[in-house]
Amino acid sequence: MSKHAVETQGLSKDFGTGDSVVRVLRGVDFEARHGEMTLLVGPSGCGKTTLISVIAGLLDKTGGAMAVLGTDTAALSSSEAVLFRRRNLGFVFQQYNLLPSLTAAENAAVPLLAAGMSRKAAVAKSSELLERLGMGPRLNALPNTLSGGQQQRVAIARALIHGPKLVVCDEPTAALDHESGHSVMKLLRETAVGPDRAVIVVTHDSRVFEFGDRIAHMDDGQITHVDTKGN
Amino acid sequence: MNFVAWKMLTGDKAKYLGLIFAIAFSTFLMSHQASIFCGLMNRTRSQILDVRDASIWVMDPKTQYLDEVKSLPDQDLYRVRGTEAVEWAVPLFKGLARTRVHRDGSFRGTILMGVDDVSLVGGPQDMALGKLDALLQPDSIILDRVGYKFFFPGEPLELGKQVEINDHLLTVAGICNSSAPFVNLPVAYARYSIAIKLVGSERNLMSFIVAQPRKGLSADDAARRISAATGLRAETASDFGWRTIWYYIQNTGIPINFGITVLIALIVGTVVAGQTFYLFTLENLKQFGALKAIGVTNMRITGMILMQAAIVGSIGYCIGIAMTAAFFEATKNNLDLRGFYMLPEIMKGVAVTVAGIAFLASVVSVRKVVVLEPAVVFRG
Ligand SMILES: Nc1ncnc2c1ncn2[C@@H]1O[C@H](COP(=O)(O)OP(=O)(O)O)[C@@H](O)[C@H]1O
Ligand SMILES: [Mg+2]
Repeated sequence: MSKHAVETQGLSKDFGTGDSVVRVLRGVDFEARHGEMTLLVGPSGCGKTTLISVIAGLLDKTGGAMAVLGTDTAALSSSEAVLFRRRNLGFVFQQYNLLPSLTAAENAAVPLLAAGMSRKAAVAKSSELLERLGMGPRLNALPNTLSGGQQQRVAIARALIHGPKLVVCDEPTAALDHESGHSVMKLLRETAVGPDRAVIVVTHDSRVFEFGDRIAHMDDGQITHVDTKGN
Repeated sequence: MNFVAWKMLTGDKAKYLGLIFAIAFSTFLMSHQASIFCGLMNRTRSQILDVRDASIWVMDPKTQYLDEVKSLPDQDLYRVRGTEAVEWAVPLFKGLARTRVHRDGSFRGTILMGVDDVSLVGGPQDMALGKLDALLQPDSIILDRVGYKFFFPGEPLELGKQVEINDHLLTVAGICNSSAPFVNLPVAYARYSIAIKLVGSERNLMSFIVAQPRKGLSADDAARRISAATGLRAETASDFGWRTIWYYIQNTGIPINFGITVLIALIVGTVVAGQTFYLFTLENLKQFGALKAIGVTNMRITGMILMQAAIVGSIGYCIGIAMTAAFFEATKNNLDLRGFYMLPEIMKGVAVTVAGIAFLASVVSVRKVVVLEPAVVFRG
């Protein structure tokens, strides 16, 4: 049993087959600890998104070892992986990916609905969370009437509503202006991180580096070095 | 998740209405055209259905259907009566005559039915004005409402008017409701002896013999015995009706043409609904991907899409059927369109077809979503 939320050793991932194989992850040693926000930074195309996709069980690994909350997500069958994600993971995407015809409160309630909770109970719970995230006045607004920062708040509520142990965010501030980006990171920091909960944020926005407890630098499919808050 | 599926579907009003319209349109076309087809085919046996007091029809073996008849010699009537299968048997004349009104000389081909002089078997049962017995008066006929309306347009139903049939002056002694003949000509009834006098010169004029089976014998059995005993073709009214319908199905372009319309409605409905539904799914692909990443199973998503298709299918079907029903309701009092209505079988058949369309339309979308890699949600 691993002691960290996420640990990978020599993780590799290839795309394509035969002559056109591209090795995107080339032996990644990465960790994300409980109670911390881990930033994954690096130039575009270095494999950050691929790495968190493998960690989240959205892609299979090609080689290496990995434990996510004690489970090798790449070894799960696809239906087990779906269940695992539903129970343990929360996602925040760059493009928010909210359902356009659902209200803010309904969007944030989707993971609860997917787990079988009734609409009423789920929306009540998500409304409560959205209020805490400062979205109280816009509970019934449709996504296209919300600003980018507000949509990302709804997406964060959706990622947290079911109390996941691991929250994975891919460039959550890339589509936002500096101020909104800052407040979204602050919100994630305050609400997503907890003693038994870990957050991984992929970013190449150096302005938000201050929020990370640990910053893993990635280049060309490998982790080059890790900075921790202390030094 | 059902309400999520519902909201996804109805969130885009234009697409939602487009889908419903496509289904409603093809439902209407299919049910309307199929109903008209069935009504038209049913009309071919109208004069058989209108003879309600005899269950067996006897005719020359060469007679293929109701409207083209090889006449029987008189002695055949006695041969049929001679079989112990029948309670009674009477002659029936069916022919075409030219009816004319003196006032303005307007004329029209008319189906002339000659019914037994004594029993009046085969006479109209559904009288709009007057009684069947009126045929017993000299030189009298019963004319149907279509004929009356044509020869005396705008005049109220009234007995005692005069018409000429093949230059013989006759009195309209009764007005009846007839089932619409295939070509929707007027129908006139006279006694057999008058009818053959009107038409005239041929040696044999007996079109049919209609009969009723002896007590305790089914019409089927009796018909079989008559055939065996006389060598004539004898069959039940229902069998003769169906044989007439089949004749029209096999010998006219009607079924093919209606079939083509129904097929086009089917194809257009499927293609438009399928296309719209597919585009709708494509546009939501990212959202479906997000749902998959979040942990919604493929089964669940398939259920959502099928539910969306079922909703659209049911609403579209109901609207389309309502349109067809409204059409037949609006035309039910039109004399020329009588006999056209929607059969329950057609409603059921179209329901099954629409369910098929909705299913096909969603299958492509389901496939697309099921094979979707949830990892796409991270791609820009
Ligand atoms: N499905 C795929 N098939 C082939 N190549 C891919 C696929 N996904 C990503 N790649 C390639 O892998 C590399 C890393 O991509 P990605 O993980 O998205 O980088 P980052 O998120 O760091 O910008 C890129 O060169 C990209 O083209
Ligand atoms: Mg990326």
